[in-house]
Amino acid sequence: MTTLTIEKKNNKRKIEKNQSTSNASNKKNVFETKDLNLWYGEEHALKEINLSIPENEVTAIIGPSGCGKSTFIKTLNRMVEMVPIVKISGAIKYREKNIFQPKYRVEELRTQVGMVFQKPNPFPKSIYDNIAYGPRIHGIRNKKILDQIVEKSLRGAAIWDEVKDRLNENAYGLSGGQQQRICIARCLAIEPDVILMDEPTSALDPISTLKVEELVQELKKDYSIAIVTHNMQQAARISDKTAFFLNGEVVEFSGTDALFSNPEDKRTEDYITGRFG
Amino acid sequence: MVVRESFQTQLDELREMLVQLGQLAENALEEAIDALKNQDIDQALRIIDNDYRINDLEEEINDKAILLIAKQAPVASDLRRIIVSIKISSDIERIADFAVNIAKSVIRIGNEPLIKPLIDIPALAETAKEMLTEAIQAYKEEDIVLAKRMADKDDYVDEKYGQLIQEILSMMKEYPDSTNQIIQLSFVCRYIERTADHATNIAESIVYLVKGKHYDLNE
Repeated sequence: MTTLTIEKKNNKRKIEKNQSTSNASNKKNVFETKDLNLWYGEEHALKEINLSIPENEVTAIIGPSGCGKSTFIKTLNRMVEMVPIVKISGAIKYREKNIFQPKYRVEELRTQVGMVFQKPNPFPKSIYDNIAYGPRIHGIRNKKILDQIVEKSLRGAAIWDEVKDRLNENAYGLSGGQQQRICIARCLAIEPDVILMDEPTSALDPISTLKVEELVQELKKDYSIAIVTHNMQQAARISDKTAFFLNGEVVEFSGTDALFSNPEDKRTEDYITGRFG
Repeated sequence: MVVRESFQTQLDELREMLVQLGQLAENALEEAIDALKNQDIDQALRIIDNDYRINDLEEEINDKAILLIAKQAPVASDLRRIIVSIKISSDIERIADFAVNIAKSVIRIGNEPLIKPLIDIPALAETAKEMLTEAIQAYKEEDIVLAKRMADKDDYVDEKYGQLIQEILSMMKEYPDSTNQIIQLSFVCRYIERTADHATNIAESIVYLVKGKHYDLNE
């Protein structure tokens, strides 16, 4: 009786790890990066990144300014190549195909991988034309089909009820929060597989922010989402997994619950508790 | 550079309040043991009168913790520190209640001559009080080695409690006129045993605070 016996009641971390390994066997990854490095000229912006973005989950990317998180998601749809001095090594596999292979068609990639930006950037057109823009480029001319796509996309972005009676009005007349949901709807109209979001709520008021967060939760049923955010509470609220970037490296990548309740790395702890950054 | 200096200051204040609460409960427990040993009814009454200070401070700690959660959105070890302070303050407050319960038993026994000299019961109470002292120290210093040692002491108290209760209840037949005293003393033993359990809970909270994992020291 007097011998010291300390039993772990339930080692939650262990349980979670087991779950994630069992998840790994039946859950696919949409993206997998292998030893990804990126330089802007001399500046080494991404260092040996090995990350996977799981299917039908929300993956949050957090870290201080300049840590490489936006660069990382812009690399996933090869948008980063628009910067002329960029040099990349390593591999990114989208659905098991290396997107850097010379034969790989970047237009095809961007059809599958949509993007929503920090500032709402609707086209200076009607709400309807904003949403129909992508499908038209893809050759859809039938008015009935376009109508269906517009409605479905606006509903998907949780803004249909707010705009259904003013589809022909200019999207610029909407509030910032509404414009951002229009941009999400525009992204949904081409039925992507993955949605990348680069600080989608940083220019929005708190209520619009919560609407977009709710929407992200809905969208993950049908899409896989990677979201860069400066708002750590947002990452904690909406994501399944979180990656913490620092100086171009991934310091920690784990389940959001574990990362925000008991991070493994001291630097993660310091960042999420606001001790630096 | 400390980015959240005022938040850190408030967390430090919360810790200080909790240590203070622990000291108040320690005093109450010590006075209760003294009152029992000396059959000092006046001291027993003072313990009961002063209990409001402990209750008030516990409420203050809870209010502060809730405000910090609401206003600072704490995560990771900050969040654990706040949650744990709510739990520990509740354990300490309970221990102070046991001191009050012991004081009430002292009053109920009154000046009735004791059927046997009190040696083992105060000794056990001393052990329980030491556990509280060590728990507060472990909390202050985040010393999980000290915290985990609590399991040993709790086992000792449990075992000793079992023996004492057997002994006290066996006196029922021998001293049928002292039933009240015997019942009160067995209650006191129970309060002491529960005090040790709550000190052990505090130790578990400290391990959780430092490691972020749940341990059961109270088997």
